[in-house]
Amino acid sequence: MIISLQSYLIIGAILFSLGLIGVLTRRNAISVLMALELIFNAANINFVAFARYSDPGLSGQVVAIFVIILAAAEAAVALAIVLNIYRNRDTVNVDEVDELKG
Amino acid sequence: MVIFPAGVVVFAPKLIDSAFALLFTLFGVAGLFAFLGADFLAAAQVLVYVGGVLVILLFGVLLTRRVQDTEIRVGANQVWVGSLVSAAVLSLLVVFVFRAEWIELPESPPEPTTATIGELLMTRFVLPFEVASIFLLAALIGAVIIGRSEER
Repeated sequence: MIISLQSYLIIGAILFSLGLIGVLTRRNAISVLMALELIFNAANINFVAFARYSDPGLSGQVVAIFVIILAAAEAAVALAIVLNIYRNRDTVNVDEVDELKG
Repeated sequence: MVIFPAGVVVFAPKLIDSAFALLFTLFGVAGLFAFLGADFLAAAQVLVYVGGVLVILLFGVLLTRRVQDTEIRVGANQVWVGSLVSAAVLSLLVVFVFRAEWIELPESPPEPTTATIGELLMTRFVLPFEVASIFLLAALIGAVIIGRSEER
Protein backbone atom coordinates (compact mmCIF):
# COMPACT_ATOMS: atom_id res chain seq x y z
CA MET A 1 0.00 0.00 0.00
CA ILE A 2 1.41 3.35 -1.02
CA ILE A 3 0.83 6.20 1.39
CA SER A 4 0.99 9.43 -0.54
CA LEU A 5 1.76 12.95 0.52
CA GLN A 6 -1.89 13.86 0.25
CA SER A 7 -3.03 11.48 2.97
CA TYR A 8 -0.63 13.04 5.46
CA LEU A 9 -1.79 16.50 4.47
CA ILE A 10 -5.42 15.43 4.92
CA ILE A 11 -4.66 14.05 8.39
CA GLY A 12 -2.94 17.32 9.23
CA ALA A 13 -5.92 19.31 7.97
CA ILE A 14 -8.41 17.27 9.99
CA LEU A 15 -6.27 17.58 13.12
CA PHE A 16 -5.99 21.32 12.56
CA SER A 17 -9.76 21.70 12.18
CA LEU A 18 -10.44 19.71 15.32
CA GLY A 19 -7.99 21.93 17.18
CA LEU A 20 -9.71 24.98 15.75
CA ILE A 21 -13.09 23.72 17.00
CA GLY A 22 -11.53 23.21 20.42
CA VAL A 23 -9.96 26.65 20.56
CA LEU A 24 -13.15 28.33 19.41
CA THR A 25 -15.74 26.49 21.47
CA ARG A 26 -14.16 25.23 24.68
CA ARG A 27 -14.65 27.25 27.78
CA ASN A 28 -11.99 25.84 30.07
CA ALA A 29 -8.57 27.42 29.54
CA ILE A 30 -6.80 24.07 29.85
CA SER A 31 -8.99 22.55 27.12
CA VAL A 32 -8.04 25.47 24.92
CA LEU A 33 -4.38 24.65 25.58
CA MET A 34 -4.93 21.01 24.62
CA ALA A 35 -6.59 22.08 21.38
CA LEU A 36 -3.58 24.32 20.73
CA GLU A 37 -1.34 21.28 21.09
CA LEU A 38 -3.46 19.57 18.43
CA ILE A 39 -2.85 22.50 16.08
CA PHE A 40 0.91 22.35 16.73
CA ASN A 41 0.90 18.65 15.94
CA ALA A 42 -1.00 19.23 12.70
CA ALA A 43 1.65 21.73 11.61
CA ASN A 44 4.39 19.29 12.57
CA ILE A 45 2.86 16.48 10.52
CA ASN A 46 2.81 18.78 7.51
CA PHE A 47 6.44 19.83 8.03
CA VAL A 48 7.67 16.26 8.29
CA ALA A 49 5.53 15.07 5.38
CA PHE A 50 6.91 17.78 3.13
CA ALA A 51 10.43 17.01 4.32
CA ARG A 52 9.89 13.38 3.38
CA TYR A 53 8.21 13.82 0.01
CA SER A 54 9.10 17.15 -1.56
CA ASP A 55 12.40 18.40 -0.18
CA PRO A 56 15.66 16.51 -0.17
CA GLY A 57 17.32 16.93 3.19
CA LEU A 58 16.04 17.17 6.69
CA SER A 59 15.27 20.88 7.08
CA GLY A 60 11.59 20.19 7.70
CA GLN A 61 12.41 17.87 10.57
CA VAL A 62 14.68 20.50 12.15
CA VAL A 63 11.88 23.06 11.91
CA ALA A 64 9.52 20.53 13.49
CA ILE A 65 11.97 20.20 16.39
CA PHE A 66 11.82 23.97 16.89
CA VAL A 67 8.02 23.78 16.86
CA ILE A 68 8.18 21.13 19.58
CA ILE A 69 10.47 23.39 21.63
CA LEU A 70 8.08 26.32 21.26
CA ALA A 71 5.10 24.15 22.21
CA ALA A 72 6.82 22.96 25.38
CA ALA A 73 7.72 26.49 26.47
CA GLU A 74 4.24 27.73 25.60
CA ALA A 75 2.59 25.00 27.66
CA ALA A 76 4.76 25.78 30.69
CA VAL A 77 4.18 29.54 30.63
CA ALA A 78 0.48 29.24 29.80
CA LEU A 79 -0.09 26.76 32.64
CA ALA A 80 1.64 29.14 35.06
CA ILE A 81 -0.66 31.93 33.92
CA VAL A 82 -3.75 29.71 34.20
CA LEU A 83 -2.78 28.62 37.71
CA ASN A 84 -2.29 32.24 38.72
CA ILE A 85 -5.69 33.18 37.33
CA TYR A 86 -7.21 30.24 39.17
CA ARG A 87 -5.58 31.34 42.42
CA ASN A 88 -6.75 34.92 42.07
CA ARG A 89 -10.13 34.49 40.44
CA ASP A 90 -11.21 30.94 41.33
CA THR A 91 -12.10 30.22 37.74
CA VAL A 92 -10.37 28.93 34.61
CA ASN A 93 -13.11 29.79 32.17
CA VAL A 94 -11.80 32.04 29.48
CA ASP A 95 -15.03 33.99 29.10
CA GLU A 96 -15.19 35.00 32.75
CA VAL A 97 -11.79 36.69 32.75
CA ASP A 98 -12.83 39.87 31.00
CA GLU A 99 -11.47 42.76 33.08
CA LEU A 100 -9.72 44.24 30.08
CA LYS A 101 -12.98 44.51 28.17
CA GLY A 102 -13.85 48.18 27.74
CA MET B 1 -5.73 6.13 14.99
CA VAL B 2 -4.92 9.82 15.34
CA ILE B 3 -8.22 11.37 14.40
CA PHE B 4 -10.49 9.57 16.81
CA PRO B 5 -8.64 10.47 20.04
CA ALA B 6 -8.31 14.02 18.73
CA GLY B 7 -12.08 14.13 18.43
CA VAL B 8 -12.34 12.89 21.99
CA VAL B 9 -9.94 15.65 23.08
CA VAL B 10 -12.19 18.28 21.58
CA PHE B 11 -15.60 16.84 22.43
CA ALA B 12 -15.20 14.98 25.72
CA PRO B 13 -17.36 16.52 28.44
CA LYS B 14 -14.85 15.81 31.19
CA LEU B 15 -11.48 17.48 31.22
CA ILE B 16 -9.56 14.46 32.45
CA ASP B 17 -10.92 12.39 29.54
CA SER B 18 -9.63 14.85 26.99
CA ALA B 19 -6.24 14.87 28.72
CA PHE B 20 -5.91 11.11 28.37
CA ALA B 21 -7.23 11.19 24.80
CA LEU B 22 -4.51 13.74 24.07
CA LEU B 23 -2.00 11.10 25.19
CA PHE B 24 -3.18 8.73 22.47
CA THR B 25 -3.25 11.48 19.88
CA LEU B 26 0.36 12.39 20.61
CA PHE B 27 1.43 8.74 20.42
CA GLY B 28 -0.38 8.47 17.10
CA VAL B 29 1.44 11.50 15.74
CA ALA B 30 4.73 9.95 16.89
CA GLY B 31 3.75 6.84 14.94
CA LEU B 32 3.11 8.98 11.85
CA PHE B 33 6.59 10.48 12.26
CA ALA B 34 8.02 6.97 12.38
CA PHE B 35 6.13 6.11 9.18
CA LEU B 36 7.64 9.18 7.56
CA GLY B 37 11.14 7.99 8.38
CA ALA B 38 11.77 10.60 11.08
CA ASP B 39 13.03 8.36 13.85
CA PHE B 40 14.66 11.07 15.95
CA LEU B 41 11.57 13.24 15.73
CA ALA B 42 9.31 10.37 16.80
CA ALA B 43 11.49 9.82 19.87
CA ALA B 44 11.56 13.54 20.61
CA GLN B 45 7.77 13.69 20.26
CA VAL B 46 7.30 10.92 22.80
CA LEU B 47 9.86 12.39 25.19
CA VAL B 48 8.82 16.03 25.05
CA TYR B 49 5.09 15.83 24.46
CA VAL B 50 4.10 12.69 26.30
CA GLY B 51 6.75 13.10 28.99
CA GLY B 52 6.67 16.84 29.41
CA VAL B 53 3.75 18.77 28.00
CA LEU B 54 1.14 16.19 28.91
CA VAL B 55 2.39 15.93 32.49
CA ILE B 56 2.26 19.71 32.80
CA LEU B 57 -1.28 19.72 31.43
CA LEU B 58 -2.30 16.98 33.86
CA PHE B 59 -0.86 19.05 36.70
CA GLY B 60 -3.03 21.90 35.51
CA VAL B 61 -6.11 19.67 35.33
CA LEU B 62 -5.56 18.30 38.82
CA LEU B 63 -4.65 21.62 40.42
CA THR B 64 -7.82 23.26 39.13
CA ARG B 65 -9.98 20.35 40.08
CA ARG B 66 -12.70 22.21 41.89
CA VAL B 67 -14.03 23.78 38.72
CA GLN B 68 -13.68 20.58 36.78
CA ASP B 69 -17.23 19.38 37.11
CA THR B 70 -18.73 22.65 35.99
CA GLU B 71 -19.96 23.14 32.48
CA ILE B 72 -16.94 23.45 30.20
CA ARG B 73 -18.75 24.30 26.99
CA VAL B 74 -19.92 27.62 25.79
CA GLY B 75 -23.46 28.16 24.61
CA ALA B 76 -24.82 26.12 21.70
CA ASN B 77 -24.76 29.19 19.50
CA GLN B 78 -21.00 29.53 19.72
CA VAL B 79 -20.50 25.80 19.24
CA TRP B 80 -22.36 26.01 15.94
CA VAL B 81 -20.44 29.04 14.78
CA GLY B 82 -17.09 27.50 15.76
CA SER B 83 -17.87 24.18 14.09
CA LEU B 84 -19.05 25.98 10.98
CA VAL B 85 -15.86 28.04 10.78
CA SER B 86 -13.57 25.07 11.18
CA ALA B 87 -15.63 22.97 8.76
CA ALA B 88 -15.16 25.76 6.23
CA VAL B 89 -11.42 25.82 6.90
CA LEU B 90 -11.25 22.03 6.60
CA SER B 91 -13.09 21.95 3.28
CA LEU B 92 -10.87 24.71 1.91
CA LEU B 93 -7.72 22.85 2.97
CA VAL B 94 -8.95 19.57 1.48
CA VAL B 95 -9.86 21.23 -1.80
CA PHE B 96 -6.44 22.82 -2.06
CA VAL B 97 -4.65 19.62 -1.10
CA PHE B 98 -6.32 17.79 -3.94
CA ARG B 99 -6.11 20.55 -6.53
CA ALA B 100 -2.49 21.53 -6.09
CA GLU B 101 0.15 19.61 -8.00
CA TRP B 102 2.67 18.35 -5.51
CA ILE B 103 6.18 17.51 -6.58
CA GLU B 104 6.82 14.11 -5.15
CA LEU B 105 10.27 12.69 -4.93
CA PRO B 106 10.66 8.97 -5.48
CA GLU B 107 10.49 6.93 -2.33
CA SER B 108 13.84 6.42 -0.74
CA PRO B 109 14.53 3.93 2.00
CA PRO B 110 14.49 5.54 5.45
CA GLU B 111 17.89 6.21 6.93
CA PRO B 112 18.94 7.11 10.46
CA THR B 113 18.37 10.84 10.79
CA THR B 114 19.88 11.70 14.16
CA ALA B 115 23.42 12.46 12.98
CA THR B 116 22.23 14.61 10.08
CA ILE B 117 19.86 16.57 12.31
CA GLY B 118 22.64 17.24 14.79
CA GLU B 119 24.91 18.42 12.01
CA LEU B 120 22.21 20.72 10.62
CA LEU B 121 21.55 22.15 14.07
CA MET B 122 25.21 23.05 14.41
CA THR B 123 25.71 24.46 10.93
CA ARG B 124 22.73 25.79 9.01
CA PHE B 125 20.34 26.25 11.94
CA VAL B 126 22.80 27.39 14.56
CA LEU B 127 21.17 30.80 15.05
CA PRO B 128 17.63 29.44 15.66
CA PHE B 129 19.24 26.84 17.91
CA GLU B 130 20.86 29.47 20.13
CA VAL B 131 17.74 31.65 20.09
CA ALA B 132 15.72 28.61 21.17
CA SER B 133 18.05 28.04 24.11
CA ILE B 134 17.72 31.67 25.26
CA PHE B 135 13.96 31.43 24.73
CA LEU B 136 13.69 28.28 26.83
CA LEU B 137 15.66 29.95 29.62
CA ALA B 138 13.37 32.98 29.49
CA ALA B 139 10.26 30.76 29.51
CA LEU B 140 11.63 28.81 32.48
CA ILE B 141 12.29 31.92 34.55
CA GLY B 142 9.02 33.52 33.48
CA ALA B 143 6.97 30.45 34.38
CA VAL B 144 8.59 30.25 37.81
CA ILE B 145 8.00 33.94 38.51
CA ILE B 146 4.40 33.89 37.30
CA GLY B 147 3.58 30.62 39.00
CA ARG B 148 4.98 31.15 42.48
CA SER B 149 2.76 32.38 45.27
CA GLU B 150 3.09 36.01 46.22
CA GLU B 151 3.44 35.78 49.98
CA ARG B 152 6.87 34.80 51.23
